[in-house]
This record gives sequence, C-alpha cells and structure tokens, in this order.
Amino acid sequence: MTGAPAGGSRRGTAVRGGARSRRTGGAAPALLLVPALVGLAFLLVPLLGLVLRAPWGELPARLASPEVLGALRLSLVCATAATALSLLLGVPLAWLLARSTFPGKRLVRALVTVPLVLPPVVGGVALLLVFGRRGLVGEHLHEWFGVSLPFTTGAVVLAETFVAMPFLVVSVEGALRAADVRLDEAAATLGASRWVTFRRVTLPLVAPGVAAGAVLAWTRALGEFGATITFAGNFPGRTQTMPLAVYLAMESNPEAAIVLSLVLLLVSVAVLALLRERWMGGASR
Amino acid sequence: MTLSADIRVTRAGDFTLSAAVSAPPGTVLALLGPNGAGKSTVLRVLAGLLPLDAGRVVLDGTVHDDPSSGVLTPPERRPVGVVFQDYLLFPHLTALDNVAFGPRCRGLSRGRSRQVAQEWLDRVGLGDLAGRRPRRLSGGQAQRVALARALATEPRLLLLDEPLAALDAGTRMRVRSELRRHLDDFGGVAVLVTHDPLDAMVLADQVVVLEEGRVVQRGAPREIANRPASRYVADLVGVNLVPGRGLGGDRVAVDGGALTLPDAPVGEVLVALPPAALRLRATPPPEEERAWPVRVVGLESQVDRVLVSVEGPPDLRVSLPTGAIADLGVRVDARFWVEPRAEEAVVYPRPVVDGPTSPLG
Repeated sequence: MTGAPAGGSRRGTAVRGGARSRRTGGAAPALLLVPALVGLAFLLVPLLGLVLRAPWGELPARLASPEVLGALRLSLVCATAATALSLLLGVPLAWLLARSTFPGKRLVRALVTVPLVLPPVVGGVALLLVFGRRGLVGEHLHEWFGVSLPFTTGAVVLAETFVAMPFLVVSVEGALRAADVRLDEAAATLGASRWVTFRRVTLPLVAPGVAAGAVLAWTRALGEFGATITFAGNFPGRTQTMPLAVYLAMESNPEAAIVLSLVLLLVSVAVLALLRERWMGGASR
Repeated sequence: MTLSADIRVTRAGDFTLSAAVSAPPGTVLALLGPNGAGKSTVLRVLAGLLPLDAGRVVLDGTVHDDPSSGVLTPPERRPVGVVFQDYLLFPHLTALDNVAFGPRCRGLSRGRSRQVAQEWLDRVGLGDLAGRRPRRLSGGQAQRVALARALATEPRLLLLDEPLAALDAGTRMRVRSELRRHLDDFGGVAVLVTHDPLDAMVLADQVVVLEEGRVVQRGAPREIANRPASRYVADLVGVNLVPGRGLGGDRVAVDGGALTLPDAPVGEVLVALPPAALRLRATPPPEEERAWPVRVVGLESQVDRVLVSVEGPPDLRVSLPTGAIADLGVRVDARFWVEPRAEEAVVYPRPVVDGPTSPLG
C-alpha cells in the first residue's frame, strides 16, 4: 500500500469513528433515560423549591436576627470543635488500623464504622446512657469532678464527634493504606523514630486524605440532628444548632425555617466546591 | 567497620534464606543472584528492617541482631545507610530536605543539617538542584540524591539495593562509574545487591552469589568470572560450563565425550569454556573423542562476531567471526562438530559452598 491511500483511509476511519462515537454518545435507551431524568429531578427540585420559596426580600433582616445568628455561631463552633476532636483521636486510630497489627483488628475496624450506619438517635441514646449522670462514665465524672455533660454545649460536640469521626477514620485509613510503607522504612534507616517518621513523612503524605476526611467530618457534624437532640437537648444558645433550629422553626415560623435551611444549603455547596478543588488537586498530582 | 553476619530467615511459602556474609573495612561486597534468591532479604536484615529467625548480625564487634540472646537494634539506631531500589525519596521534600532528613534525625540542628545536605549534594554534583522535588528529578539525578541521602548520616555500612536497575542503559554507564568513585571514597563496608554481572565486576571487591536462599559461590569478581560455580553465574558471565569427572592423567570425562585438559584434578570437576575457545568443524576431527557432534539451534550477531547456540550434549555457545558463518555454512539445524581449544579451557574442582544445593541441578 502506498502512503497517500493509507493516509486517506486513515482519515476516513477517523470520520467514521467520530460518527460512531457521536451515535453511542446520544442514544441512551428510554428505559434508562426516563428513570435517570426522574431521579435527577427528584434530587434537584426540592432544592430548587427551597431557593424559589425563600423570602429573599426579608432575608438580610432574618439572617441578622439573634436566634439565627446564635444557632449559626453555635453550629460552626461545635462542628469545628467536633472536627478537631475527631482529628486528635481519629488520625491515631486510623494509623493504628492501617499500620499496626494486633489481635482482633478486623473486629475493631468493623466497630469503628458502626456509627456510620447506626441511626444517630440511637447514638444519642447510647451517649446518654454512658455520659448521663447515672451513666457508666458520667457517674464518675459527676462524682469526682462535678461535671455533668448531658444538655451542655460539650454534649453537642461529643454527639457530633461520635457521628462524624468514623468518616474521618475511614478517609485517613484509606490514605494511609495507599501511602507507600517503604517510605516509612526509608525514614527509619535515616535514623527517624516512629514518631518522627509519622510526623515528618507519613502525615505530610496523607495530608490530602486527612483534609478530605476533616471536611467530610465537619459537614457531617454541621448537619447532625438525631444524636444531638437526644444527648444534648434543644436549648437555644447552648445546644440548639442549625438543624435543631430548623426543626423547631418549622412548627412556629416556616419562613425562618426556610432561611435557616438556605444557609445550611449554601454552606454545603461551599464545602462541596472546596472538596472538589481538593480532589481535583489530588488527581492532577 | 567490619561486617560479619550469619543470616537465617524463613519466609512464608517455605523460602529459607541461609547465608553468611562478612567483609573487612573498605570492602565493596556484591550480592549477585537471580530474582527471588534472597538478596534483598539480606539487605533488609542488615538494615534492621527484618529480624533474623536465627544467626547474628555483628558490625564492628557490636551485636545488632541475635535471636538467641534477644538482641535486636531497630533500624534507626544502626550505623547503616540504605539506597533503595527505586530510591524512595520523600516526595513532599526537596532534594535538600531529603538529604538533610538523616542528619536532622541524628540530632543536628536544622541549619547545620541543611549545610551538611548541601555539601553532599555538591559532592554528587547536584548542588544546583537542591530546591527540586523528587518528581522533577531524572532517574540518574534521583539515584544520586538517594546516595547523598544515605551517605549524609555517615553510616559505616552502606547498603545499595539494585542501585542502577531503574536507569536506562546510557545513564547507567555514567552513574556506575560515578558510584565507583563514591564507593572508593567510602571508608566503611558497602553491600551492593545486583543481578547485573557488570555491576559486580566494576564496583565490587568481593562477590557472593546467592541462589534460592543459599550461597553458591564467593570470591573476587575475576574468580567468579573465570571459574563460575553454577550454570546461573556461567550464563551471566557468558561462559559455557560443562560438568565432568577428572579421571587422572589429564583426562576429563564429560557428557557426550571426553577431553584432554592439562592439570585436570581428579574427581568431580567443572570445565569453563569461553565461547571463543570453541571451534566449529564440518567434519569430525582426527582425534574424534576430542569433539562433540552438535546441531545449530540459534544465531545471534555480536559486533564483529556471531554467537552460535548449539545443542549437544552438551549445549554450548560458540563465538565465531562473522565471516566464518558464511564459510562454514552455519544455519539453524545444520550439524557440526565442536572442538574445544584445551589451552583456553579452565578446569577446577566442583565447589561445595554452604550446604547441599546442587548448583547445576
């Protein structure tokens, strides 16, 4: 075959290939397309409704109201504290699960993820039973230190941590498993103790995973409802976070509920955008 | 630094490594062997990354691993530096901070360790790339950073795991000669794992050949090349190896005939026949028993010569000038007689090293 016809046929193939890929791209069977569009609408229409029904005119005034601001501030503070606590306890736990061997490790890993699937209200009941004034731990806390956790801001943080930490542990453990253990060995041969290795090699390597896990945990903590209302109650200014305020407002003042929901929606979208950036950054590296 | 190690490790899948290695100060010891022979396991044991099951590791009179007395020094407290196979540079640190990592861990201040690191980068010729991350270094540059990082802690035992394997042929040649220079400057013991005989010949003072977890030969590189103790080593150095039995009176019985070799020892022997020490003949030689009837099974061009693979017994490789191929009409399936030049053959007792393995098995 000579050069020119070969080039011509190659060009022909490319055109045909392009046409074929256009056809496969467009032709989704109705059996898949219709449920897909219904599903999409189902996910988007409620959010759209929220945006359309929002009392945009009085939005600034309502946002500035002390109840909304108080709930928002409490939500942000508690979610951030819960994330900090999750980092403090969850990163070492993830390290233990990913990098060490001990009997019953598989069971421990399974137990760590239980709060992921447990109804949060059950978590709240369990926390109350343990940290309540008559509880396993709470009794001693009260007796020895005069501390009573339930129905305090501290209880909100604990409830949110209980629900959010597994997200962080799972994310960080995954990152640790993906990181090359041999880099830890290289650090050891250079004279680094296990702690120095963790701090200067392992942790920087899994930093993207830690960040993603922290954002997930923070979002989960911000939206936490069931465990909080069970363990911490619903006291404005002390334990009433945004989701609780939304729930309460729905009964007396639906307009306020919409405004609060809108704020939570905006925060969620912002977090999603942040995470996307993070993930895209990770993928390009 | 004197290294003395008796290494016994059992790995899952009933692989047992049993090897003794020792070296006086200033020695470069090459561990040569096929994949899975246990070479890297030896390095891991010496570095402290893998504990012994039995035996002991002694560096300069200090016991670092001895299961019988419960002594085990962790890697971070051994005077050992390691250049890993794919270098394992820390991807989040610059070249400078990679090299400074060791000195910093060994107690130097941040500023001082960076100063030391810069000196080492200068010594390996990478002073101007100090600020680069590993992902922006070429293979040869990464190898030199890894070497600088290992040497910056001033180890007394330097371990190099296939330090040249990841490099392309051109880079490898250059990096090999640079490595030779750095090893010459290094006062301690260097142990180098490789499966490339050229690395061993150029870099090592002593070679230990490992096969299936056992030492099959040890000696100077020249000794290994001239008197290979196993088919593996013979193939590596490109020599034909024929087992035989010395019958006395310079007579050696081999598979498919007999040879007359001056000074042949009596008993089990190996005969090393360089491919250039063999001739192909179209007709049987007058003294028939000094040649083997063979069939040609392959031809391979090598610069100005052609390597002819023939099937015997014994199977051999014969190196002929390219012109001789045409003159003799050498082609696949053609039949010839192979005649060895006795004066270029090396005959020696079959070595017995470390246990009951049969190296020719």
